[in-house]
Amino acid sequence: MRYSIFSLIGQALRGHRDWAPAWRDAQPQRAYDVIVIGGGGHGLATAYYLAKVHGIARVAVVEKGWIGSGNVGRNTTIIRSNYLLPGNIPFYEFSMKLWEGLEQDLNYNAMVSQRGVLNLFHSDAQRDAYVRRGNAMRLHGVDAELLDAAAVHRMAPLLDFENARFPIKGGLLQRRGGTVRHDAVAWGYARAASSLGVDIIQNCEVTGFIRQAGRITGVETTRGEIRAAKIGMAVAGNTSRLAQMADLRLPIETHVLQAFVSESIKPLIPGVVTFGAGHFYISQSDKGGLVFGGDLDGYNSYAQRGNMPTMEDVCTEGIAIIPAMGRVRMLRSWAGVMDMSMDGSPIIDRTPHAGLYLNGGWCYGGFKATPASGWCFAHLLARDEPHEVARAYRLDRFATGHLIDEKGQGAQPNLH
Amino acid sequence: MRIQCPFCGERDLSEFAYLGDANARRPDPNAPDAQSQFFAAVYLRDNPAGVHHALWYHASGCRSWLRVTRDTRTHEIFAVELAKRVEG
Repeated sequence: MRYSIFSLIGQALRGHRDWAPAWRDAQPQRAYDVIVIGGGGHGLATAYYLAKVHGIARVAVVEKGWIGSGNVGRNTTIIRSNYLLPGNIPFYEFSMKLWEGLEQDLNYNAMVSQRGVLNLFHSDAQRDAYVRRGNAMRLHGVDAELLDAAAVHRMAPLLDFENARFPIKGGLLQRRGGTVRHDAVAWGYARAASSLGVDIIQNCEVTGFIRQAGRITGVETTRGEIRAAKIGMAVAGNTSRLAQMADLRLPIETHVLQAFVSESIKPLIPGVVTFGAGHFYISQSDKGGLVFGGDLDGYNSYAQRGNMPTMEDVCTEGIAIIPAMGRVRMLRSWAGVMDMSMDGSPIIDRTPHAGLYLNGGWCYGGFKATPASGWCFAHLLARDEPHEVARAYRLDRFATGHLIDEKGQGAQPNLH
Repeated sequence: MRIQCPFCGERDLSEFAYLGDANARRPDPNAPDAQSQFFAAVYLRDNPAGVHHALWYHASGCRSWLRVTRDTRTHEIFAVELAKRVEG
C-alpha cells in the first residue's frame, strides 16, 4: 500500500481499520543470495539497497530481537556531515544527500528536519580549528558557515554568553544538518525492503557460522540453518561477539553511551547545538523534550545502562551553556552499546573469510551514517569491491597505518 | 558502580580513570614477528561480553594502578588487585 494524503483520508473515513502491516514478518527459507545479520538501521538499509540498486531479491535480514530494538532506536537522532578528514567527508556528505531524498524514496515519513547543527567555540584557538574544519567541508562541497557571537545570539538567545570561563565566541553552522525520527528510519527501510521481496526474520539469533571448503556458506540460528553465498554483519555494538564465532579478533571495544530526554517544554533550542568546551550536544524533539548527551561512560560495557558520574557530568555541561536547563526536569535516560573502533572511524570491508563481510565500528556516530552505510555495504556485497566513498574504511588499515583518526586520540577507544 | 580499592576501600567510580584491557602485553621488540605482535597488542581486543580484566587508575585516591575483574554485561565486580602484584 502506497502512503499518500488520499490513502490517509480514505483510511480516516473508515476509522483506520484497514491499514495493512508495513512489512511482512517472514519465516526463514533454507537459502538466500545474501543474508544480512542485524535488523537495525544499517542492516535494513543494506537489504533495501541490495534489492533496489543491485536487483538482488533473495535477501534475508536476520534479527535476534525485533527490528529497530538496538541502537537505531537509542540514539539522539542527529544527522550532519561536518567532518574534517578526506576519508570521512565524502562518505558523510553522501549520507546527507541520501537523507535529503529518503522520504520520497521510501514513501515513508521519517521526519527529516534540516534544522541546522551549530558547533559553538569558546576561544580563539578553537575558532581557528573550526575555520579549518569549515574550509575542509567547503572544499568537499559541503555547506559550512562561521557565525560570530552576535549571529549565534540571534539564533539561540538562551545560551550563556556571559559565562566567564567558557564565553561563546561564535559557532560553526551546518544548516543542512538536523534531526530525523530514528524509529521511522528502521520502519521505513523495513517496509520498503519488504515490498521489494526482502525477508525480514525477527527473533532469529545467529549462534554460529557454517563453513565449507574455506568459505562461510551460511549461519546457524535459533530458528535453524540458513545458507547464503554472501553474509554481511551489521550488528554494531555486538560486532566482536559475532565475529568471534568466525574466529575473528577485531580492532573494536564495546562501550556504553548514555542519552537523556527532559520533560516537554515550549520551543527553546532552534536546531542541534554542541558545547565546544566539553562534549555535549542538545536538540529539541518535535514533542518538546530536550534530547541531549555527552561522553561515553568510558569503560568496556555491554550493559545498555550507564552510571551516575557520567549523568552528572553531562548535566553540568548542559547547564554551563544553557543555565535555564537547570529548571527542567529530566524525564528519562537510557544507554546503548557502541562498537568503538581503535581510530574512531567505521569499517566496511571484506573479512579474511570468503563469503563474510563486515560493517561495524560505528562508534557513536552510526545513526547519521545509516543511508550511506547501507548503500556502500550493499555495493560491497553485490560487487565485491568497495564503494568509492567508503574506500578508506578498510579492516586492514590498523595494520598498514592508514588510520582515520578525526580526534587524534590514538588507539584509546574510550577517548574518541 | 563502585570499586573496592585495596588501599582506600570502596570508592566512587568518579575517582578512577580507565585505561583498558589488562591482558594486552608489550611484545618483545626483538622478536622476528615483532611488527604483527605489536599490531595485535595495540589494536586487537577480545572485547568479551562477560568477564573482563581491565586496568583502572585510582587518580583521585592512592594513585595505584588496579586490575579490575568485572562482568561487562552487569557491571558486577569480582576482584580488584594491585596491577603490579598480578603482573609480577
